[in-house]
Amino acid sequence: MSNISQNTGNTAALDEGLKHKPGFIATKTLNYLKTLEAESIQIFREAAAEFARPVMLYSIGKDSSVMLRLAQKAFHPGKIPFPLLHIDTSYKFPEMIEFRDRYTRELGVELIVHKNQEALDAGANPFLLGTQKCCGLLKTKSLLDGLAEGGFTAAFGGARRDEEKSRAKERVYSFRDSFGQWDPKNQRPELWNIYNSRINKGESIRVFPLSNWTEADIWFYIHLEKIPIVPLYFAKEHDVVIRDGSIVVVYPNSVVLKGEQKQRMVVRMRSLGCVSCTGAIRSTADTVPKIIEEMISFRRSERENRVIDHDEEGSMEIKKREGYF
Amino acid sequence: MSATANTETWGGFESFIEQNLAKELLRFTTAGSVDDGKSTLIGRLLHDSKSVFEDQLAAVKNSRINRSTAAVDFSLLTDGLRAEREQGITIDVAYRYFETPKRKFIIADTPGHEQYTRNMATGASTANLAVILIDASKGVLAQTRRHTYIASLLGIPNVLVAINKMDLVEYREEVFLRLQKDFDALAKQLAVPHVVTIPISALAGDNVVERSERMPWYHGPTFLEHLENVPLRVETMSDAVRFPVQYVIRPDATFRGFAGQVASGVIRPGDPVESLPSGQKSRVKAISTFDGDSPEAFPPMSVTVTLEDEIDLSRGDMLVAPGNMPRVSRHFEAMVVWFNAEAAEPGKSYLLKHTSRTVRAKALKIRYRVNVNTLVQEPVTALQMNDIAYVEFETVSPLFFDPYTQNRITGSFILIDPISNATLGAGMIRADLSDQTVVEDASQKPVKATERYKRHGHNPALVLVEGNPDLAIRLERALFDDHFEVLHFSEDRLSHTELENQYPAFESAGLVVIYSAERFDVDPSRKLSALAPNAFFEISKSKSEDPESVQNVLALLRGLRT
Repeated sequence: MSNISQNTGNTAALDEGLKHKPGFIATKTLNYLKTLEAESIQIFREAAAEFARPVMLYSIGKDSSVMLRLAQKAFHPGKIPFPLLHIDTSYKFPEMIEFRDRYTRELGVELIVHKNQEALDAGANPFLLGTQKCCGLLKTKSLLDGLAEGGFTAAFGGARRDEEKSRAKERVYSFRDSFGQWDPKNQRPELWNIYNSRINKGESIRVFPLSNWTEADIWFYIHLEKIPIVPLYFAKEHDVVIRDGSIVVVYPNSVVLKGEQKQRMVVRMRSLGCVSCTGAIRSTADTVPKIIEEMISFRRSERENRVIDHDEEGSMEIKKREGYF
Repeated sequence: MSATANTETWGGFESFIEQNLAKELLRFTTAGSVDDGKSTLIGRLLHDSKSVFEDQLAAVKNSRINRSTAAVDFSLLTDGLRAEREQGITIDVAYRYFETPKRKFIIADTPGHEQYTRNMATGASTANLAVILIDASKGVLAQTRRHTYIASLLGIPNVLVAINKMDLVEYREEVFLRLQKDFDALAKQLAVPHVVTIPISALAGDNVVERSERMPWYHGPTFLEHLENVPLRVETMSDAVRFPVQYVIRPDATFRGFAGQVASGVIRPGDPVESLPSGQKSRVKAISTFDGDSPEAFPPMSVTVTLEDEIDLSRGDMLVAPGNMPRVSRHFEAMVVWFNAEAAEPGKSYLLKHTSRTVRAKALKIRYRVNVNTLVQEPVTALQMNDIAYVEFETVSPLFFDPYTQNRITGSFILIDPISNATLGAGMIRADLSDQTVVEDASQKPVKATERYKRHGHNPALVLVEGNPDLAIRLERALFDDHFEVLHFSEDRLSHTELENQYPAFESAGLVVIYSAERFDVDPSRKLSALAPNAFFEISKSKSEDPESVQNVLALLRGLRT
């Protein structure tokens, strides 16, 4: 034992303890969706146990709906042991706000709504500022302020790694410095399902329980679990204008730019954001099965209709470094 | 999504959902170096399996960057971060998702350079298959050994060797056969059990998804066919129940549930369980979930267990099967992959997180480092970043573990810096050292009393039995059966004076000595008691008639074990 270290001529393989035996073939297995569910629940419980003050970032979208269901499952029959935080830019679809208030009330969860009122009072909007600056003020800054005000040390988010290239490298526990910023070159290694939740004062962790879910997984789960989602995901006739090649739904009080023609069109949303920056798609899918049908015949990714990702090459990564979700 | 254009080909929507849910999930890791064509392979896999969306492909086609000689640089599909797109290398673990009608896949795509050993270990930690890329024009290199070693170290049960760039060697069979032989030798050396070797060209698309017409001599599966059909081997070798408690759910006074993810074994209502570290026993009352009570729980299910009795159990504790216990120990050895720029040294103290339990731990000794390029063991006094080494640890409170080769969950841990909170390293437990005597190099040192104590499990003692030789014999038998190192002498064999002279030798050997005589006078008795001041027991004639005297003495002597 004691002289192993002098045995430099030996290779590691000669060391008995290293030889791993052939794994045996699993007899009892969970299907992939139940496996993903079990892993997400493990993440929720781990973070809720280890962080002093966790919060769930609630964006009202389909991923948030799935996240809420997983949180319910993680703590059943207890209540979800943390509040929900919605960063409201005030430019969200009215259907989203209506859904948010009704659904959170039904579930009996605590909801915190945070707005960057200062910027809004100064007239912040995407037409005036451009999407980058507008998102910076109404989403990124508002989010950081909302987290700081609540003293939250961990924030659950619904981001998935399959959404966008820079997200493919995101950890489940994403460390943010005291400025809320993400340093892609300095992330904590993450092995097995052991997460490091130790932080110093002012620092925080974004926790992504849906990291390994794909868009298809989300829809299958919504279908199987009968999870309520905002009606905008289902096709319906809307007033729209065509702006920079995107179909933008307009409301009676929406800004219509010069040269834009309002028209009626049957459309639906593939992802939800702000009214003026989220394009709709032409679709007649008005049920979850039809949406899944449509998705498997689709050859375009879901974030394509989000103007912000395409501002410049690598734009999502830049937003994230600054603290954007 | 797969190439399927609509659900009709699946026999309608419900059938489509059903078939999709029946899919298994295979996690694999790819490691390769800058020029191996790893990103190209993954890009090709995603593209040819139709997992790439048109807008993503359009973005790649329109990109200002094209590092490849082909019309489309597939590696751009996967290289996510700005810095690596600029430098043309993959600097971090990236996760990719794709599926075919048969399986779903999660790829942990890791860079292959030596300085990213930690990323390779990260990617390998959850994988059930490792893809090793070999450049056909270069052969088995140091990096091939490194990747294979890390795959074997992290217990990945399957290895797929892709001999890439076959186009550069005119698709010659003899090149493939030679490299296959070279790799098999390495696999044998590392005891990697399930290896399949496939000749491909990621750039040209040969044998990745589509079967190549340029290698008619190859009759095995394509890369994707193998991924779809390789048996899903699990890494957990043990079926012993291990349920680390993550969270206690207590909504009201009537419900107290222990939430966690089953690490191994199958739990059913009525099963006896033991709680660690308290050692209290109970039975499983129910397995509670949001979707109703479950008749059983097995890995990787996340469930909430309720018990028949109120026992001491909280986060960081573990429920186990009483007949099949993990090691409960503060002292063990592990292979460690070191991640941090600040070196690890013996004597330094860390936080160690193992399942849901975090404890203080000290690195006692670094036995050796494994050179990941040559696989040679090298003596070192400190661990540098990306080193892999064999280290002895001691923790402040016990861990409940199994060797990593038997249980990937209860055999693994991470090390955290108590000040910066950085994740410093990851460990795979190899053995419990609590039964072993010394930690430091003791080969030149005399054996200490404490070491004998550890081996025997008790301190030495002297027991005098007066007027009842039969009792002395029964006592010797009872102690012997209870694993005491015990010797009985009667005064016929050893006089009082001889005992006085020889007892110090017995004591040094750590033995329990029973000495029986017809009568002990006050004076010799006092002399003998002085020989063993802390462990002297005297059973007088009157007490020895007690029918339970053997049991009483045994109970007393068990006190020698503390």
